[in-house]
Amino acid sequence: MAQKETMTLNMGPQHPSTHGVLRLVIELDGEIIDKITPHIGYLHRGIEKLSEHRTYHQALPLTDRMDYLAPMSNNLGYVLAVEKLLGIEVPERAKTVRVITAELTRLKSHLVWLACHALDIGAMTVFLYCFREREKVMSIYEKLSGARMTSNYYRVGGLSADVYAGFEKDVQEIIDTFPDFFDVYEGLLTKNTIWLQRTIGNGVISAEDAIDAGITGPALRGSGVDWDLRRDNPYSGYEKYGFKVPVGEKGDTFDRYKVRLVELREAVNIISQALKDLKPGPVLADLPQVCYPPKENVYNSIEGLIHHFKIASEGFAVPEGEVYQSVEAPKGELGYYLVSDGGNKPYRMRVRPPSFVNLSAIERMAKGSMIADLVAIIGTLDIVLGEIDR
Amino acid sequence: MIVPLIKGLQITLKHLFKKPITLMYPEEKPDVAPNFRGLHALKVSHNKAKCVACYLCPTVCPAKCITVEAGEDANHDKYAAKYEIDMLRCIFCGYCVEACPVDALGMTQTFELANYKRSDFVFTKERLLEKK
Ligand code: SF4
Ligand code: SF4
Repeated sequence: MAQKETMTLNMGPQHPSTHGVLRLVIELDGEIIDKITPHIGYLHRGIEKLSEHRTYHQALPLTDRMDYLAPMSNNLGYVLAVEKLLGIEVPERAKTVRVITAELTRLKSHLVWLACHALDIGAMTVFLYCFREREKVMSIYEKLSGARMTSNYYRVGGLSADVYAGFEKDVQEIIDTFPDFFDVYEGLLTKNTIWLQRTIGNGVISAEDAIDAGITGPALRGSGVDWDLRRDNPYSGYEKYGFKVPVGEKGDTFDRYKVRLVELREAVNIISQALKDLKPGPVLADLPQVCYPPKENVYNSIEGLIHHFKIASEGFAVPEGEVYQSVEAPKGELGYYLVSDGGNKPYRMRVRPPSFVNLSAIERMAKGSMIADLVAIIGTLDIVLGEIDR
Repeated sequence: MIVPLIKGLQITLKHLFKKPITLMYPEEKPDVAPNFRGLHALKVSHNKAKCVACYLCPTVCPAKCITVEAGEDANHDKYAAKYEIDMLRCIFCGYCVEACPVDALGMTQTFELANYKRSDFVFTKERLLEKK
């Protein structure tokens, strides 16, 4: 009897389709994948530990740098967690702007996913078109926050600044034009035979397996599990907006592709509802213990100046306790678990990054398929290594 | 099978006749938003830096990359005798600008900060003073 012998193949860390510095050690039986061991940590910056030595205010820019394709979603989870621990209420306008920007972030992140996923499978055109559209979201980011990637736009208690003049117009333009762009991508991919053959039946994961592995986000919904935190555990005023939560059937790469494309359209739908809902008002809570006072007060009154000095120099104290707050980030459930000892720094911050948990299911998805399909499976998981390694 | 491919080709052909959106950097420069968080600038008023060396920006800076040393000028006013930002450590979060109580610090649209030597990334007070 012939003896079965496997070959060990090393994929990454410098591999263009591992979406960052991911190393996969693959056991191959001929061309069939027998076992996959992800080796992670190349991008580890110790964000959780670093934040124990920063005030709650100073830890915020660190969260930008986890999922660098969706910085505002990361910020949102963090500020919501701190606000929950403080027990404070955020002004309506800030909530609505947060919803709009979080959905813009979803557009941005899904566009990069589609671009890279298609490029990995060989559709270069889609890549170029998606990046063209993403640039439009990026320019809104830049005008809002002053940075294209590391936005750092939210603050505990609201936003760092009100939206710029012309924000509504820019967002309206996105609402008006983006659905046509989605039609273009679908025209290029959805019925394309090569695309169908590469994605249908690839990386199948059943609903039970997906739940067992703790997968969240579009990857879970692709397997037919109807679960979306925006609807099932709403935060930041999501309960006010009606939207469809798409689910797949078979749990293959094609289903996940369809789910994400519907999500893109639904994100535009949420943005248009939220934009109508946007009323004038303050964007930062009037809480001198927590938020910076308005600049006029700082320049013109001694009380304002004292408040300002207090917050800038030692931040704010957060009552003792612990809290878990999760948001539906573009890639899945992004959770922040914060423990406070009553001081001005987190005693412990633990992040539950969606990409990390989703990556853990890669062996279940890829076992038994061909090595050439692995690239499509990594693409469909939509992982970002900055978030996995933190 | 062939129809979707032709449809795809139609889409790409249409794009062939559209105006390209590529920016010929570095010959063409991008439009940078006015509130862009680029290189810092110390604002000037009455021919001297507005900074009063209150130490708020080095305190709030998450990267701890600002060095301020206070001095006393001829009128016995406090001023920053030394003001340095290490751009290699700066994460461009904008907290220093937000924290300044006298509006003495701003951030400019300059984003091309590449340089040859590590020491060139430490911006001294002279280099940071706002160019009018
Ligand atoms: S931008 Fe942020 S990191 Fe840079 S000097 Fe200012 S506070 Fe420090
Ligand atoms: S916060 Fe403003 S005044 Fe204070 S040291 Fe910094 S630049 Fe100078």
